[in-house]
Amino acid sequence: MLVLIAYALGSEARRAVNPADKLLPAPTQIVETAQRLLTQSDKRSGDILFWKDTGASLRRLALGVGIAATLGLGFGLLIGLLPLVRAGLAPFVSVLSMIPPLAVLPILFIVLGLGEVSKVALIAIGITPFLIRDLSQRVAELPAEQIVKAQTLGATSLAIGLRVALPQIMPRLLQAVRLSLGSAWLFLIAAEAIAAENGLGYRIFLVRRYLAMDVILTYVIWITLLAFVIDWLLKRLTQRLYPWAGEGGL
Amino acid sequence: MSYVEVSNVFQSYGTRPILERVSVTVEKGEFISIVGASGCGKSTFLRLLLAQERPTRGEIRIDGAPPAREPDRDRGVVFQRYSVFPHMTVRDNLVAAEALGANAAGYLFGQASRDARARADLALERIGLAHVAAQYPAALSGGMQQRLAIAQALAAKPKILLLDEPFGALDPGTRLKMHDFLRDMRAETGMTVFMVTHDLSEGFKLGDRVLVFDKIRWDPQNPEAYGATITYDFDARVALPPPAMLEEKTHVH
Repeated sequence: MLVLIAYALGSEARRAVNPADKLLPAPTQIVETAQRLLTQSDKRSGDILFWKDTGASLRRLALGVGIAATLGLGFGLLIGLLPLVRAGLAPFVSVLSMIPPLAVLPILFIVLGLGEVSKVALIAIGITPFLIRDLSQRVAELPAEQIVKAQTLGATSLAIGLRVALPQIMPRLLQAVRLSLGSAWLFLIAAEAIAAENGLGYRIFLVRRYLAMDVILTYVIWITLLAFVIDWLLKRLTQRLYPWAGEGGL
Repeated sequence: MSYVEVSNVFQSYGTRPILERVSVTVEKGEFISIVGASGCGKSTFLRLLLAQERPTRGEIRIDGAPPAREPDRDRGVVFQRYSVFPHMTVRDNLVAAEALGANAAGYLFGQASRDARARADLALERIGLAHVAAQYPAALSGGMQQRLAIAQALAAKPKILLLDEPFGALDPGTRLKMHDFLRDMRAETGMTVFMVTHDLSEGFKLGDRVLVFDKIRWDPQNPEAYGATITYDFDARVALPPPAMLEEKTHVH
């Protein structure tokens, strides 16, 4: 609220000096722009660009995070449960997670081309090591008593993985995904800013050339809202699916 | 041949001996209490029985089977904590006792699953947990959780039941109720039980025999130089030795 008031005052002050100021457009102008963006279709293609950008970005985000979550869960379980795999893979994953993902972006563009694959790959590469490390840690933290108990009930390693470890780290996976969504957005917008034909990040960096602050701000507010809603949905999902995890698990 | 045979077992961690020359035989259906001062290796002995660890020397055979390399279905276990699965409901915890070992993936399907659930509900009825069948263990009191853990271990029909200070975390009143519960369960199943406890009276009350673990050799300069062994094997079914003598002999207070 305070931020909004400060912005309104700042915007007011600047426009009092120069009515054509573009840096801090009036809140009313942003609302007008937002209305235009949300409802009017592009003259050339006939699509409403705003929704098209949102769809394209969300699809990339979902794919990237989905792939990362699957990999993180699989490798996290293996590394956490099987000492042999842990000895072989854990140091490798640690080193891998040290590579700044944005530094490999050019490699991805060169190898995978400028299409969708490289953007999804950047998100996946960016957050998978974090997920693997976090989840393998959680699996390793399961009380040894539980594993022994499962063994005395005749469980194989597979059964322990599927019935004891997997369900117990699922809420942890959702939580880790929530934590890594911030980075996922960062990688998405960075990839889109450099090479894309649509997407929220692409649009922001495109209109930057025209100093169209009203458009940029609309998109930023929209991205924030999306991120907030996704986070909230994941939290509700965790509570709904894993009631035993309790507040402590969130 | 006895049901459980422990022959000349040594266990050391690195150069540090924990157990020395432990030999004992146990008949089917006996209730063995294991007592001793802290750090005397009674929990190590239980882990050896459980096959969670393998002895440095000697071997443990149950029902004549070759020594186990990993915990298996022959051994049921209840720990002081973490013995039930927190992500399964009370009923599913009992079903898991059958399901986990049913196949490689640990899932039961169709009729087998329905049968297991019916058996679980019967067992819950008997141990007085039927009213919480759909709840998660976190919602249960400590005593109820341990009752569930014992029922879960017995549902897998093990050859021996191992209890590692099962009532250590419970308040005295609950503990007394659990003693009755354990006696009933044992009378019903005729199970061979090993129970580690640090409470002498509990050990004598529940056990047929009480094994005392202690160090027979003691180097004041190097207290860790020697391991412990079984120093006394009381028959708890006959008259008890006077408490003062017990304390002196067992070094348990």
